[in-house]
Amino acid sequence: MPRDATVTVGLAGALVLSVAVTVTIGPADLSLGTVWTVIGDHLGLTSAGVPLLRDHIVWQLRLPRVLGAAAVGAGLAVAGAVMQTVTRNPLADPYLLGLSSGASLGAVLVIVAGLGAGVGALAGGAFLGALAAFALVIGVASRQATLTPTRTVLAGVAVAQLCAAVTSFVIIWVNEPHATQSITFWLSGSLARVDWTALTYAGPALAAVLAVVLAHARALNAFAFGEEAAATLGIAVTRVRWTLLVAVSLLTAALVAVSGAIGFVGLILPHAARFLTGADHRRLLPVAALSGAVFLVWVDTAARALFDPRELPAGVLTAMIGVPAFVILLRRREVRG
Amino acid sequence: MLTVESVSWSVNATRILDEVTCRAPAGSFVGLVGPNGSGKTSLLRLIAGIVRPDRGRVLLAGAAVAGMSRRGAARRMAMLAQHAETDLDLLVRDVVLLGRTPHRRSRWADDRDDREAVTAALDRVDLAGFGRRRWHTLSGGERQRVQLARAFAQQPELLLLDEPTNHLDIGHQLRLLHYVHRSGITTVAALHDLNLAAMFCDSLVVLAAGRVAVTGPAAEVLTAALLRDVFDVDAAVTPHPATGRPTITFRSPTT
Repeated sequence: MPRDATVTVGLAGALVLSVAVTVTIGPADLSLGTVWTVIGDHLGLTSAGVPLLRDHIVWQLRLPRVLGAAAVGAGLAVAGAVMQTVTRNPLADPYLLGLSSGASLGAVLVIVAGLGAGVGALAGGAFLGALAAFALVIGVASRQATLTPTRTVLAGVAVAQLCAAVTSFVIIWVNEPHATQSITFWLSGSLARVDWTALTYAGPALAAVLAVVLAHARALNAFAFGEEAAATLGIAVTRVRWTLLVAVSLLTAALVAVSGAIGFVGLILPHAARFLTGADHRRLLPVAALSGAVFLVWVDTAARALFDPRELPAGVLTAMIGVPAFVILLRRREVRG
Repeated sequence: MLTVESVSWSVNATRILDEVTCRAPAGSFVGLVGPNGSGKTSLLRLIAGIVRPDRGRVLLAGAAVAGMSRRGAARRMAMLAQHAETDLDLLVRDVVLLGRTPHRRSRWADDRDDREAVTAALDRVDLAGFGRRRWHTLSGGERQRVQLARAFAQQPELLLLDEPTNHLDIGHQLRLLHYVHRSGITTVAALHDLNLAAMFCDSLVVLAAGRVAVTGPAAEVLTAALLRDVFDVDAAVTPHPATGRPTITFRSPTT
């Protein structure tokens, strides 16, 4: 137990430190002192007064973006861990049930329908699109009110393909540059649009779903040997599975609306966390959340700082890191049988 | 004491179990035998309350299983399947601890009862000191013993075993059933190996095509005539020279 506590506390410290350091990194050269004076002023801890431009850069641009990266990273990692357990598929990820392609389609439809190109309208369209795709997947997959993991995953793949096809069709049909740009954003995933408004949606969604998921940590452990085994251990399998599936899908939809579909975080980070803690969800879930947050904070910082003045979407970088990690994961599984 | 009263169960209009009645007195070891597809596994799932019978009822110490919550049922009955597989990298201790799931008082922490039950359960299957071993490094026989320890950690009054010795070498088969027998817990076990059934069971329930063909002590039930009728095999039944229990030897099919 002390070793697990060390990992959790260490990661929490690493997260605080990462946020503190990464807000100082960027094209405008700001010192750690300046950054913390701005934050102290806004929190009412200090009243030093910083020039307005610098204040704006830290408080309106960098801090929400770094916090957004932490929230999205934490949420995707937890959602991935839960999806992998509930579907008993180690290669499951938060977008498994068509959520990301549904979100792209929703955002594109908002633009095409002329409902507004503001961040709020797009995020709303993405959220609704993700939920519609999720509902369609469940509708296609369920038969006689039962839902098997395999059928759900296959339905997710089919609905994702359908959404992608409809999105392409709409974009070509309307020939609208803005829509094309928008879909690129949603498909590759980027934290460039995160502001305080986005955080007021994503933050509470993350907190609420984390609470639900952590309360089911022991129930998740009972799924280790399959659903029938879980049932004989006293788990109301259907209720638990649906509660968790809906909870993490709602969270993923909220996160996709904020950042687009950032891939591989939800696939790889749960495995990395299991490597640190073992499979017990009581230890795994907090560590997955914290390591996902630290990981995405740094990846996003690298995405905006390394290629200055250009900026890389964070999702491109997570894929570049994630694919080799994925290959290693597959090879390890082959070795084990 | 387990009582199964005229239980019938169908799937898509196919009758799987038809008016099955049987009982297991407290502390007894009841063997469930019959050809593939005769309904052994279905009967165990009905007893466990995983599926509900269309007609009839299952009573555990007088209480209807249908009226129990999932958690309530899991505190009184533990199930051991023929093959437990997982993709997760678990420690032996984690697996045995799963048996404490229905007893948990806290949503989060393990209490002293949990830890003591895990240690005691591993002791009972002669795997004391295996707690920190990784599940994936164990042999098939050891894995099944760990699963039995998990079932013991559940502290059930009824053990349900679904062909628990499949895929095991003869030493592990005998040892596993010995641990079950020694526990004194009322047990209903589906078994393929009739010699093992004759060796360990106080009584047998023979299922054929979803019905009870015959039930009673092994020495009365296992006859050459029954083996021909129910299993369609040619066999000789002789008393074991040392124990007197029936011993079955088979002849290869002639046609």
